[in-house]
Amino acid sequence: MNMTADRAVICKTLIERAKTDRDIVVLCSDSRGSASMSAFAESFPEQFIEVGIAEQNLVGIAAGLAKCGKKPFVCSPACFLSARSYEQIKIDCAYSGTNVKLVGISGGVSYGALGMSHHSLSDIAAISAIPGIKIYLPSDRFETEFLTNFLLEDTAPAYIRIGRNPVPDIYSAGYKFEKDKAVKLKSGSDIAIIVCGETVKPAYDAANLLEREGISAAVLDMYCLKPLDEKSLIETASGVKAVVTVEEHSPYGGLGSMVSAVLSKSCPKKVLSLSLPDSPVISGSSAEIFRYYGLDAEGIKASIIRLLEEL
Amino acid sequence: MNYNAFSYDLRKDVADMIYSGKGGHIGGDMSVMEILVTLYFRVMNISPDNFGSTDHDRFILSKGHCIEALYAVLAAKGFFPIDEVKKNYLRFGTEFIGHPNVKIPGIEINGGSLGHGLSVAVGMALAAKMNGSGSRVYVVMGDGELAEGQVWEAAMAASHYHLDNLCAVIDRNRLQISGSTEEVMHQENIARRWSSFGWRVIDVENGNDSDSLYRAFMRAKNNRFRPTVIIAETVKGYGSKIMENKADWHHRVPTEKEYREMISEFQKRKEACWE
Ligand SMILES: Cc1ncc(C[n+]2csc(CCOP(=O)(O)OP(=O)(O)O)c2C)c(N)n1
Ligand SMILES: [Mg+2]
Repeated sequence: MNMTADRAVICKTLIERAKTDRDIVVLCSDSRGSASMSAFAESFPEQFIEVGIAEQNLVGIAAGLAKCGKKPFVCSPACFLSARSYEQIKIDCAYSGTNVKLVGISGGVSYGALGMSHHSLSDIAAISAIPGIKIYLPSDRFETEFLTNFLLEDTAPAYIRIGRNPVPDIYSAGYKFEKDKAVKLKSGSDIAIIVCGETVKPAYDAANLLEREGISAAVLDMYCLKPLDEKSLIETASGVKAVVTVEEHSPYGGLGSMVSAVLSKSCPKKVLSLSLPDSPVISGSSAEIFRYYGLDAEGIKASIIRLLEEL
Repeated sequence: MNYNAFSYDLRKDVADMIYSGKGGHIGGDMSVMEILVTLYFRVMNISPDNFGSTDHDRFILSKGHCIEALYAVLAAKGFFPIDEVKKNYLRFGTEFIGHPNVKIPGIEINGGSLGHGLSVAVGMALAAKMNGSGSRVYVVMGDGELAEGQVWEAAMAASHYHLDNLCAVIDRNRLQISGSTEEVMHQENIARRWSSFGWRVIDVENGNDSDSLYRAFMRAKNNRFRPTVIIAETVKGYGSKIMENKADWHHRVPTEKEYREMISEFQKRKEACWE
């Protein structure tokens, strides 16, 4: 099975595009290694800006570059980028409408046992509450490549969260993604699982496990959290008994909240939100953490079976 | 007591943690070791007996990624058994995670995000003044960390409030993750930067020598009216030539061969301390 880290794909795509686009600028805050951006820095030293360990300055500089016609991609750990630079994101990027693309690397619990300072489990809640900025969580190398190219054309500010670890393929070469349209990975009539980023794979596996037990689960990859693809969501939800969301985030203000808000208004259904807890996360690798909180395929499957029994 | 020799024993503890836990920030652990040993064993009045009372000195490891060095020192001070750390560090469900965490005895404040420590230290130093307590506040920062704007906001406040009970130490190892600090974001004239913010500056040419550090801390104690910063010129990865001054050892985990080599070099250099 192919395993590729999304961060490597962003670098590769930007290198490709920078050959003909001198306006692409990558900015890092002592983060080029963890962002897999060293190759970009070496290939295009004049289109690479290092600011040192200074995340607020990082985002402010990017906004200034964007205002003057550049296409900045800011790559820094999601935990610091979304929290330390929050006001710069709010004012210099979103409110000012500058074309800054914020790539939050090592997102969620990627950093495992480094602890809560390094987890980003409130980034979606915080950034989605700011008007004027988009949010994306791609799930594999093909979706990441599509998204990077799309973001180079789109001029709105955006926050993209990716994980640290190599992830298996979900799509295949040549798959035609559509802008801001969720991907129906699997149809189903009992339950709909709505996912994004690194929960897509375990949810897809869970749906296949459930099928063997005679339970039909749809899977929707909501890589575009903002603008949320409400149409696909309602379509998928209307054909099932209940909806489950799975996300690498706090229980507040993430995918689960967004999905519940849309469905309660337009397609009332029971929604079960699986997420990380509203308490300090147990220490361990991200796989151990996912398993402990029931966000792996087995855990998702078990929650869905319980939910269907309760209905 | 030969504190430089003793530091090599603790380096071995750190290497054990990182080798078996498969993660950690070994380069900065090695550069900061004598600073921590000198503070905990010769300068500060912090012990498992007085920790949590109101009048002991306060310590913040602002470069929190070097927690392994602090675990080794706190264990040697008797806060917890070293074997407990080695067994649990970075393992599933442990409190011995990769950054400072108040659930561990001896740790004052959670950390891991660079640039926070000096502000918290300013708060502690202000409280000590308000309470009329004689306790002193120590904070250790990395040199790469100084790029954070918050450091300079705190530096301004510390001199504004005449916090002569505050002593900052900069682990000046001249490296950060992406390479040389001077290439990533240059900071030459580091001493003048601090003195222009109203701080007393003490340079320690060999920041991996406990006696030199000790003399600097004693001078800092006698300073009145201003906060003191000690710029400790250290070597990242100090203790073994396989990692000394090499940027990629910021957070590399040694292979078995490298691990054995560094352990034997620690031993040799420890013995040389007595000569
Ligand atoms: C706010 C913040 N940004 C980025 C990081 C990631 N990070 C961890 S260590 C480090 C380099 C630190 O360099 P330096 O301060 O020189 O420490 P030392 O050389 O002593 O290890 C970075 C960028 C962080 N922990 N916190
Ligand atoms: Mg350094």
